[in-house]
Amino acid sequence: MSPLLGTAIAITLVLYALAMALGLLRLMRGPSAQDRVLALDFMFVVAMLVMLVLAVRYDSSMYFEGALLMALFGFVSSMALAKFLLRGEVIE
Amino acid sequence: MTDIIVAVLLLASGCLAFIAAIGLWRLPDFFLRMHAPALASTLASWLVTLGSIVHFSMREPGLSLHVWLIVILLSITAPVTTLVLARAALFRRRQAGDPLPPPLRGGDTRS
Repeated sequence: MSPLLGTAIAITLVLYALAMALGLLRLMRGPSAQDRVLALDFMFVVAMLVMLVLAVRYDSSMYFEGALLMALFGFVSSMALAKFLLRGEVIE
Repeated sequence: MTDIIVAVLLLASGCLAFIAAIGLWRLPDFFLRMHAPALASTLASWLVTLGSIVHFSMREPGLSLHVWLIVILLSITAPVTTLVLARAALFRRRQAGDPLPPPLRGGDTRS
């Protein structure tokens, strides 16, 4: 890996960390419950992007499975939370 | 050369995710805030996917397209989550008696 790519990956990870911090602030602050669900969904997406960047950083495709699992669990969890907000229970 | 392309793609995706987070933090209303994370789940993940496809295709023989699977999965799941969450927000606001956004002209708003 060239030093250029290493620097770019470091800057990208810092930007992702800042994005996740802002999402966490919204999750703790959020005036309503749906704001918190939206922030949680956003943080799942950014965590998945972090896994993909780490796959490039360490030249390993094992991180790909982690990213795929994270996308799946993010969808299921935010779907369940949104369904709970909508209907009062998850599975009717 | 490959490293330059990958670096530019990754940096652009980092900037997009940060812009999405700023939007999520700064916009005043929930229905406005819903627009911001779409930036992260569409363009930012597309750029990261393209970057890792370029990177791994140069390292290994042949194209390594399996990262594409994540983008396909996200492009199916992100609209579904957004739609259900918007319906939940509308329902909860209607229950609480808060002001709703104006209906679309000509649209059917009985949800």
